[in-house]
Amino acid sequence: MPLTQIKFYQTGTFTVGNRLLGADAAAEQASPDRANSLNCGHRACQGCGEALGARYVIDAAMRASKGRLIVANATGCLEVFSTPYPESSWQIAWLHSLFGNAPAIATGIAAAMKVKKHDDIRILAQGGDGGTTDIGFACLSGMFERNDDVLYVCYDNEAYMNTGVQRSSSTPAAARTATTPVVGPQPGNVFGQGKNVPLIAMAHFIPYVATASVANLHDLEDKIERAILMRGARYVHVHVPCPLGWGTASGDTIRVARLAVESAMFPLFEAEHGEVTGHTAIRRQVPVEEYLRLQKRFAHLFKPKPDADRIARLQAIADRNIARFGLLN
Amino acid sequence: MLQQIEGSRAVAESVALCRPEVICAYPITPQTHIVEGLGEMVKAGRLKGCEFINVESEFAALSVAIGSSAAGARSYTATASQGLLYMTEAVYNASGLGLPIVMTIGNRAIGAPINIWNDHSDSMSVRDSGWLQLHAETNQEAADLHIQAFRLAEELSLPVMVCMDGFILTHAYERVDVPTQEQVDAWLPPFQPRQMLDPSAPLSIGSMVGPETFMEVRYLAHQKQFQALARIPEISRDFARAFGRESGGLARGYRTEGAEILVVALGSVNGTIQEVIDEMQEAGVPIGSVSLCSYRPFPVDHLRTMLAHARHVVVVEKCLAPGQGGIMSMEIQTALTGLAPNVATIIAGLGGRTITRKALRAAFERAHNGILPPLTFLDLNEKAIAREPEITSGELLCR
Repeated sequence: MPLTQIKFYQTGTFTVGNRLLGADAAAEQASPDRANSLNCGHRACQGCGEALGARYVIDAAMRASKGRLIVANATGCLEVFSTPYPESSWQIAWLHSLFGNAPAIATGIAAAMKVKKHDDIRILAQGGDGGTTDIGFACLSGMFERNDDVLYVCYDNEAYMNTGVQRSSSTPAAARTATTPVVGPQPGNVFGQGKNVPLIAMAHFIPYVATASVANLHDLEDKIERAILMRGARYVHVHVPCPLGWGTASGDTIRVARLAVESAMFPLFEAEHGEVTGHTAIRRQVPVEEYLRLQKRFAHLFKPKPDADRIARLQAIADRNIARFGLLN
Repeated sequence: MLQQIEGSRAVAESVALCRPEVICAYPITPQTHIVEGLGEMVKAGRLKGCEFINVESEFAALSVAIGSSAAGARSYTATASQGLLYMTEAVYNASGLGLPIVMTIGNRAIGAPINIWNDHSDSMSVRDSGWLQLHAETNQEAADLHIQAFRLAEELSLPVMVCMDGFILTHAYERVDVPTQEQVDAWLPPFQPRQMLDPSAPLSIGSMVGPETFMEVRYLAHQKQFQALARIPEISRDFARAFGRESGGLARGYRTEGAEILVVALGSVNGTIQEVIDEMQEAGVPIGSVSLCSYRPFPVDHLRTMLAHARHVVVVEKCLAPGQGGIMSMEIQTALTGLAPNVATIIAGLGGRTITRKALRAAFERAHNGILPPLTFLDLNEKAIAREPEITSGELLCR
């Protein structure tokens, strides 16, 4: 079979199209050992960070649980692009109920498994930042507080992308969204708002909290594999760039995610029972500006002239993350 | 066994006999005693194989039940009033997903103004949600309906609301025959879900359905209600055979033979209505009543047959559609299209206002004399209304 070189957009490297190769020569993504739980054919945009994140999260969870997994999904991009009836991209037991109740749905499933003594089956709930940090927050906190046997994964693309890029409580300061437009004296999202759900999750003293990024898929997989085998309430918050909402090139998803980590705008850490137990050190620290410049949602910080004051305030947020988690050590 | 117990306790005992596997509890008056009772049974080990979960809201209560039911566990919760409204999104979701959850509604008014007492505004607000809605007339019926509800729900893969009047039933101590575990086990088979979340046979449940199929899904939901219409009386008869008493069914007539006036109502007020009917029949007034048990599905043909020969149909309603009038009256009017009886509405007992025999009798006498207006608010306190002269200037439109 002739080999066809194609550009692998997610990594920016050149590799060989997996579909054209035998199982022995194909890349890791095409391994027959992979569950491919979120199968091809879904309707996510090119370069979707959430689709990538979900694929790695669910496959890692399937691997660790030996395929004994049930997933509850909040309403949002992930649900919409994966299950346009009569099609489904999920090769797992999967339930979508509502926007704000995925944690409670998962609690119910976990209770049913406990009653039926299916101890081997693991429950994972997932949603975007809107479904997690805003509308689903009460159910999430309830699930944490009861220490229900659920791993909740939030795919954070920092706005309501499914409805057309509106601000959520996870939208960073200064970012342009459809409801924080670039007008007036404070263009974009205002400073001093928003909530940090990983830290709030820690305040519930649940067994495990972690942040992860699609820029570091091995780290993401490690955290999911670890979390899925624990008991009680666990929370993993995954940073997933959205080319549409952030105004980034679809080939830049990983690059942007990496800059978020390296600029310390998105710190990677783990916590157990309310205490930080580890972090991923920044290998090459970059100024926040480098992260912002790639994204049209921050374009007003640079045009018509650089907004040094607001860029400095964003840098201060990153610096605070560095100090809080010791990210340079 | 016959016991003198609180209505809520009777329901808790009855639900426990159905061997629920997941119960979600969130407190709201007046249903609270039910889940308190069940919680105690689980904690004490009397109700085995059951997870009792104290959740953070009614929205979570029903959502947890949706998750557990979709995972194949027999699931139960209870709520009322604001709680039902707070979980409304999940109410529609449960029926849309075809999950056989059973939920008790301790019927209570909706605020503002906040009011904890009985009327039917809460369950009426979700009458179009696709749930089956059964109304209990007595505590015995409330207890029995829960056993029937699990069977009905699981046979049809549809959720069922068992509605019982808040305080009037939930907090009333009455004689209730609580069946034995053996009786219920023999009558109610274990839950066999139509489809469920199972890693060995993975399914995607809750897909997004577009314009090309959504109409069909809704059409099938409508047809499903007709299946229920057929099964409700059968299950009620089967229950009577096994337990030796009548409970449930679509609707029951009381002294309807030769009655020119027929009163229709839901729930516990039928007891009062029947007493008034006894008095009036004694005085020679040809009046009877129909106690409607199945509000959803709405038994159009059944009611048409029962009501066709009356001159006047008087609907006593514990709810109000402001700007329109009676909710059930509209539906009864539709059921009687082309038939003789004229339909009048009595709005009564809102927010727990006592419905007296005296007031009902006066209204029914007016119906007998052909002077009952189309819409009456029973026992309005006109002094209180007069405090709002800007709204009520001139004649009161409806009394």
